[in-house]
Amino acid sequence: MARQLSRRRFMVYSLAASTLTVAAPIGCDASSAEGAEAARRPSDVLVSGADEEMLVLEVTEANRVVVRLPRVEVGQGVTTAVAMMIAEELDARLADVDIPLADARTEGNQFTGGSSSVRSLYGPARELAAMARAKLVTAAARRWRLPAWTLRTWGTRVIAPDGRTATFGSLTASAARIDRPAVSSRPKPASRHRVIGRPTTRIDARDIVTGKATYAGDLTVAGAKPTVVARPPTLGGKVVAVDDRAARAMPGVHAVVKVAGGVAVVAETFHHAFQARDALRITWAPGPLASLSDAAIRSRLRAAVPVPAAPPRGSAQVEGEFEFAFVSHAPMEVLTAVADVRAGRAEIWFSSQTPMDARDTIASAVGLPSSKVRVHVLRGGGSFGRRLNHDAAIEAALISKAARRPVKLMWSRADDIRHGRMRPASHHRIRASHARGRVVAFTHMMASVSESYEGQRLSAQGGVTPAAVRAAAPLPSDSGLYNFGPVSEDSGSVELAIPLGAWRSVDSGTMRTAEEIVVDEVARSLGQDPVAFRRTTLRNKAVRAVLDKAAAAGDWGRTLPTGQAQGVAVHEEYGSCVACLVEIDATDPKNPRVTKVVMAADVGTAVNPSGLEAQLMGTAIDGISTVLQAGLHIDRGAVRESSYADFRYARQRHAPLHFEAHILPSRGEPGGAGELGVPAAAGAVANAYARATGTKPRRFPLDF
Amino acid sequence: MPSYSFVLNGRQVTVEAPADMPLLWVLRDLLHITGPKYGCGVGVCRACTSHLDGEEIQPCVVPVADCADREITTIEGLADGDTLHPVQQAWLDCDVAQCGFCQPGQIMAAVALLKRTDRPTDADIDRIENVCRCGTYSRIREAIKKASGSG
Repeated sequence: MARQLSRRRFMVYSLAASTLTVAAPIGCDASSAEGAEAARRPSDVLVSGADEEMLVLEVTEANRVVVRLPRVEVGQGVTTAVAMMIAEELDARLADVDIPLADARTEGNQFTGGSSSVRSLYGPARELAAMARAKLVTAAARRWRLPAWTLRTWGTRVIAPDGRTATFGSLTASAARIDRPAVSSRPKPASRHRVIGRPTTRIDARDIVTGKATYAGDLTVAGAKPTVVARPPTLGGKVVAVDDRAARAMPGVHAVVKVAGGVAVVAETFHHAFQARDALRITWAPGPLASLSDAAIRSRLRAAVPVPAAPPRGSAQVEGEFEFAFVSHAPMEVLTAVADVRAGRAEIWFSSQTPMDARDTIASAVGLPSSKVRVHVLRGGGSFGRRLNHDAAIEAALISKAARRPVKLMWSRADDIRHGRMRPASHHRIRASHARGRVVAFTHMMASVSESYEGQRLSAQGGVTPAAVRAAAPLPSDSGLYNFGPVSEDSGSVELAIPLGAWRSVDSGTMRTAEEIVVDEVARSLGQDPVAFRRTTLRNKAVRAVLDKAAAAGDWGRTLPTGQAQGVAVHEEYGSCVACLVEIDATDPKNPRVTKVVMAADVGTAVNPSGLEAQLMGTAIDGISTVLQAGLHIDRGAVRESSYADFRYARQRHAPLHFEAHILPSRGEPGGAGELGVPAAAGAVANAYARATGTKPRRFPLDF
Repeated sequence: MPSYSFVLNGRQVTVEAPADMPLLWVLRDLLHITGPKYGCGVGVCRACTSHLDGEEIQPCVVPVADCADREITTIEGLADGDTLHPVQQAWLDCDVAQCGFCQPGQIMAAVALLKRTDRPTDADIDRIENVCRCGTYSRIREAIKKASGSG
């Protein structure tokens, strides 16, 4: 994008250690990381012990480069991106870099979300590695009695002009004692990048394809026993009475305990646990929404949409009302947490985007000081926002405490889909006012379901409030994306006791999708082509550039048979922008197939183009799923769906036969990318469907 | 409790388990073979996909009794020592995985498909039911085609 790489520097500290260990502060988010900038100064500040707020790099004597990352890997590729930054500046082999996930810390930024990870780490990680490299070179120069400037680094080694080499591991002890490096500790200019910007296979790919990658459910720690919970048929239903005699008498059952969400069974295997769960005889009181179904929720949402002011006099209106259903995050790995809660301490293992908050919440739930709770962060089998909340970890801790033994709690798939969390349902009323061939005013009034809590229920549910998520994440750009005159937006809400959560791209996934549909309808009513209309009305030339790229690469406007059509949409957020072109075959309007997706993105410096393409590919499937077929119904206070059989997230037969992503070259600062593509993909799918069928899509998912 | 013997990834094993215990939990909780993942327990998501006598199964819905004296292969048994199976190698070459959780099942499903038909068409690939919530489908398709070309 247009932003230039700033010259800000991050202070790098050396830690007192017997091996080379350097640390750089990371801020609370990309913007406050900028606040941590410091005047250039040598790294002779010695700090004892690892500062919790820092990104710490250690070179071990075994020639491993280790950076303990205060982020979680849930598939977005952050560990690979950070390893690439480190390998770049150190001239280390990527295979020699380890990026373990840090345990929950006591302070600093350990938040994974808002598409902020690469943005917040790009500066500190490279500074850190550049400083480490300078010290290693200096240590080698002293050992060989050669001028430091004559040495080079490659393959995790320092190399002398005469061909002598020394591994970083063999130099780490002496490098730890270097105060002032004799060569530059500045990161390389982008023109010399050999790792950053090159498509790179995930560093954990081999572990994944051999089945070695370890998720919470694969752990055998602490002798934790398989645990499942019998949950109520309705959302928020409560146990009135339980007869657990039959369950307790079953072989392999260790404990049966009541918890806020239902009745937990701890057993020898998950088979025994499920069987005993099914043998429980529970009388349930219906949850607070037992009389509520979709139709009523939809009409309450419609009524909660604020009324816009009158349109400009003399203007004509293009208007649309849009409805989005609840959507499950449904990560492949169901919520799983291992908890070992003892009298004076607790230890928890799970995948968390917010481990610091999780530790504090778990501590108060089990009645321990935070300092007595250790939270180990594990890789997650997908998240899409679901692991911002720590419902399962809190529940596991409470079960462990009540059962007085370590437990490995797993939510079943039905638990996951029927008891949330979910993207809130929403209703949108959008109006574009045009006069003399131009849009002169644009209003977007909406209402969405917001989660109401009864007192302590917040902690019982492991709630990260939407406000907390929003504070950390940038808000979507409002419709300042287009030259549409004054833009007015307002929102209402309907408070319901439904477990909700931020879903990849948060509000943009619905708001911007609906807006992109209206943009197409405005173009149509003005007799203009959707791409040409966007080109003339987009404010930002970077967005025009991605649109042009997608349109050219996707052969926009090519002739297609009846029932097939192209659709396009754009989005700008997180300092990045994207365009998506979709081709759909809706010959059978009840069974459409997206046949082709072409995306173009400008995310500033793309650290790993292969990882970025993967993120865009995923958002394309999110767009296809949420627009065409995947959602949740609420029937009398219960979620109707219970597995991937009825929550119809896309399968291979729904995925495009052809996908391509184009990454615009840039040397700007990295922008966010993990969520970027969702609104553009969803909007393009809807627009393609509209053009193929001659309909105006209004209620999503369309086949529901 | 009854006991069952079978060949697991080339090794003879014997387990004591209830006859109706799904193979998935026998593998994961008794034998600590954790490559096959739980994703739904009802044979829908197919994250646990493995092979029984060379054919694709979903261990979450196959009782252990049905596996007696037969041959089970999980993702852990696919490679030949350090040499990856061509499908695993294609998965690496195409950088297929994101979160990775469904990929053992995806790979086992692809291997089974390639065993049935060495040049699968797009229609054949479309019939793979395995869910990938990260949406890696395009790379899965590419990797299957790559593996079929090389094998």
